[in-house]
Amino acid sequence: MSSLSRDDVAKLAALARIEMTEEELVNLASQFGSILDAVARVQELDLEGVKATSHPQPIENIFREDQVQSSLTPEQALSGAPAQEDQRFRVPQILGEAE
Amino acid sequence: MIKKTAAQMSAALSSGEMTSVALTQSHLDRINEVDPKVKAFLHVDSENALAQAAKVDGERAAGKKLHPLAGIPLALKDVLAQEGVPTTAGSKILQGWKPPYDSTVVSKLKQAGVVILGKTNMDEFAMGSSTENSGYGPTFNPWDLSRTPGGSSGGSAAAVSAFEAPIAVGSDTGGSIRQPAALTGIVGVRPTYGAVSRYGLIAYSSSLDQAGPFGRTVLDTAMLHEVMAGHDPRDATSINAAVPKVVAAARSADVKGKKIGVIKQLQGSGYQTGVLARFNESLETLASLGAEIVEVDCPSFEFALAAYYLIAPSECSSNLARFDAMRYGLRTGDVDGASAESVMNATREAGFGREVKRRIILGTYALSSGYYDAYYGSAQKIRTLIIEDYKKAFTQADVLVSPTSPITAFKIGEKSEDPIAMYLADVATIPVNLAGICGMSLPAGLADEDGLPVGFQIMAPAMQDQRLYEVGGALEAALVSKWGGYLIDQVPALGGAK
Amino acid sequence: MALSYDDVISKYEPVLGLEVHVELNTESKMFCSCSTTFGAEPNTQTCPVCLALPGALPVVNATAIESTIKIGLALNCQIAPYSRFSRKNYFYPDMPKNFQISQYDEPICFDGYVDVEIETEEGPKQFRIEIERVHMEEDTGKSLHVGGTTGRIHGAEYSLLDYNRAGIPLVEIVTKIVPGTGKYAPEVAKAYVAELRDILRGLKVSDVKMEQGSLRCDANVSLRLIGSDVLGTRSETKNVNSLRSVERAIRSEMIRHAELLNEGKKVKQETRHFQEDTGLTRSGRSKEQAEDYRYFPEPDLVPVAPDAAWIENLRSGLPERPSLRRKRLKEEWAVPDKEMAAMINADVLDIVEATVLLGADPTKARTWWLGEISRIANEKEIAISDLSITPSDVAEIVALVAAGELTDKLARQVVEGVIAGEGKPSEVVAKRGIKVVNDDGALMAAIEKVCAEQSETADKVRNGHIPAAGALIGAVMKETKGQADAAKVRELLLKHLGQG
Repeated sequence: MSSLSRDDVAKLAALARIEMTEEELVNLASQFGSILDAVARVQELDLEGVKATSHPQPIENIFREDQVQSSLTPEQALSGAPAQEDQRFRVPQILGEAE
Repeated sequence: MIKKTAAQMSAALSSGEMTSVALTQSHLDRINEVDPKVKAFLHVDSENALAQAAKVDGERAAGKKLHPLAGIPLALKDVLAQEGVPTTAGSKILQGWKPPYDSTVVSKLKQAGVVILGKTNMDEFAMGSSTENSGYGPTFNPWDLSRTPGGSSGGSAAAVSAFEAPIAVGSDTGGSIRQPAALTGIVGVRPTYGAVSRYGLIAYSSSLDQAGPFGRTVLDTAMLHEVMAGHDPRDATSINAAVPKVVAAARSADVKGKKIGVIKQLQGSGYQTGVLARFNESLETLASLGAEIVEVDCPSFEFALAAYYLIAPSECSSNLARFDAMRYGLRTGDVDGASAESVMNATREAGFGREVKRRIILGTYALSSGYYDAYYGSAQKIRTLIIEDYKKAFTQADVLVSPTSPITAFKIGEKSEDPIAMYLADVATIPVNLAGICGMSLPAGLADEDGLPVGFQIMAPAMQDQRLYEVGGALEAALVSKWGGYLIDQVPALGGAK
Repeated sequence: MALSYDDVISKYEPVLGLEVHVELNTESKMFCSCSTTFGAEPNTQTCPVCLALPGALPVVNATAIESTIKIGLALNCQIAPYSRFSRKNYFYPDMPKNFQISQYDEPICFDGYVDVEIETEEGPKQFRIEIERVHMEEDTGKSLHVGGTTGRIHGAEYSLLDYNRAGIPLVEIVTKIVPGTGKYAPEVAKAYVAELRDILRGLKVSDVKMEQGSLRCDANVSLRLIGSDVLGTRSETKNVNSLRSVERAIRSEMIRHAELLNEGKKVKQETRHFQEDTGLTRSGRSKEQAEDYRYFPEPDLVPVAPDAAWIENLRSGLPERPSLRRKRLKEEWAVPDKEMAAMINADVLDIVEATVLLGADPTKARTWWLGEISRIANEKEIAISDLSITPSDVAEIVALVAAGELTDKLARQVVEGVIAGEGKPSEVVAKRGIKVVNDDGALMAAIEKVCAEQSETADKVRNGHIPAAGALIGAVMKETKGQADAAKVRELLLKHLGQG
């Protein structure tokens, strides 16, 4: 039976940027066993040679012309901002470095 | 007034028998009256609704040619962006957010002159089958207020079922229109993937999501379907083809000589007796109308649920990453010494509900290096098999059918502690989404054991949506004749119904 | 213990990997129709798509695809008949979706090469740099770090985000590993980036200004013992903002790696930042803790399947390869190697060619641009291209000198005037009243005056002491306010003094 430990869930929560409580981590870990068993059914079939489908419709080459169209005004762009300054989005100090 | 069908309301508006303002007001009154019990709406937009209604009345009086649905009230699932109107996707993380833009679906509704009454409740980010996962409390089934209306479009379904609106818009990723339609005794359609623009539809699982119509009748649903559908250059997955003529199909509604394929895998144990009884009766009804009933075998459907619960969480784990407290939505934990990272973590913890977190973690896991091939990769291959099974089945039948949901409306709280039990609610609807084809649920009657609505599901190939309405319309007509009225007429009175 | 470069290369050989990001010069962004104009007010070029508002969807820019294919063709790559976009998932405030739409296992171009040539003591050497892939992705927004002392991220109190740049098309060009450069690794890397830049400039798909960030280079370096085939641990260096920095960064990393290895220490697999002022690199993010990007195919976009006819059409429209062009010009202008190298190094080849195309003699054009104009640019500490003198101006000046209307000396004054913004050459000549005094009569008058005033010196010349004529010529030039042709003056003077 496949399963995840509390630590495994904690690692995933960190990757997903969710600060879970200890209780949540433990609960999820215990539920994951049966969930993973259920989804692991996808491994039961012999899928050798089967192509993966990522799009249900066989559409290709959808592009748009390289033309500028009006954007949002800065007021509209910032309308949902939890904090702003000088027409920019204000965020707390960023610890990590950019890619 | 509110008990009329949308088609009847449209005729009444055209003839001048009533105004859109009066029609809208009577629906707002109804909402005031019953929504404290049903809780279908998250936000009622009376001001804009009445203004839109007045505008349509003015245009009609000036002799302007109007769309058949102009001036008709509608309930909008809170998953679609509507400019200046609170849009939450049923989540606390978007509490108070007012989009600076309209989704394409909303633009089309506005262009047609439809009156948007307000935003309806839903499972958070469309994840769920009961609307119990809403960050704002559940919606209650008008047939029995101790039960769920299904989900995730439970608010829209309940609104139509409770006569708070004649038509509504929902979204369907794994059955979230069809299943609530079945549980509330109305019609719901999930159009072909790509037929309705997803621009402005808050994404849950991008390759499975599709917005679609609810109505109390097949014709009403068709009328809304035609307004919503159409190519959109803002959506790269949008199909560039003419909208199938669904209204004409709903009106002609003829099944003579049509082959109806019953999917072997979507019945049997796990399906409530009463559900199967109504389903089989409907098959007999269709046969009596001249259709030929055949059985089709879709062996890969057994794995559909597993594939869905890998693909959808994977895509959602990525789609929901943008909710990070930086540009919009909830921000918590911004105390002295906080960092962007800590605020992100705290906000997502506080703003997302249990089911959403569960699926994000599951999706993150399924996409992780080392697990991709076994989980997400395999699920996408199962998807190919499902598409092939459908292709083969559609050479044997014009439409495929099954019960929409294995069970009738369940009690609030009954399944909310058991995620897998909840996931099983979608076992019959999920294959349609994985294949990207279209599906309809229409009322097949009430289950004997509990007197609750049962839904009959019809499936058709991609861009053959009109077949749904053709067959659905015929079945509906025969059943209405049998019942002496629409099934929804039997819904218990919630208050002083007009 | 500080090693010298020679110490390093006597024991180790470097293996390189270069990743270059190119910002395309499309009008609109990669996945939405917002403008890409540089320098706009913050957050004035955003929309639901590039802000990643809930419900927004990307749609691919056709010109960006075309530009990327052109780049692939110019780099001798195969163009994939079928390619897809993928999501690269990680969280960072400058990246609104918290995933970047990029390409993963199905890039649009792959398996190409670039040939570069460098000058060594043993003569010119050629190297072939193999290209692994060329793929499309999108740029991030810009963050301003406030509080703290350096404007950098460390110690900042908070940050301000501008998303104008978010979504601008980027093309990433990744080399296969480059072994076999030996001690020339820094030069080869620099030559590669320079060649890429020239190719991209020729294709007109980007401004390719490293100082402005439209061409960015990340350099990967590892060392292995000479003769070994076991690869060493590599480090990645970012913030390499000029060609010279490419060279310096690689040299400095080679030395740093060697110092660690000599002391028996391990090289950490990490990202480092190049520091202009010291020429050294500083530790950044550790790559061992690198995030799992959980790549999967972008469900909101459909595959790109460029048809063969279109690709061939683009291929036939490609401009002349820079190396071939350089060869051709060298032959046409009969330029010696050293002069050719000087022009390339000073980055004036295009400007000289433009001048020649307007009718100027190649040697004269080259002399002006590499000589006087270069000198003025260096004095002002700006780039030649930033001076307000154009190839057309220089061509005009060369023509005026050829016609005898200006002497070289006067021409220099005209150049000065044009650069100072006094107008075009003809306008400067008019404004300043610059004229060659050609009138023999006027010249003779001046000559006679000077000889009378400096009779002793004049006598010396009469007596055969020709060098003394120099002072007299100078005086005549002064007399004619520098507007006489010195050579003519000398001729007439000597004649006058019986020595012509």
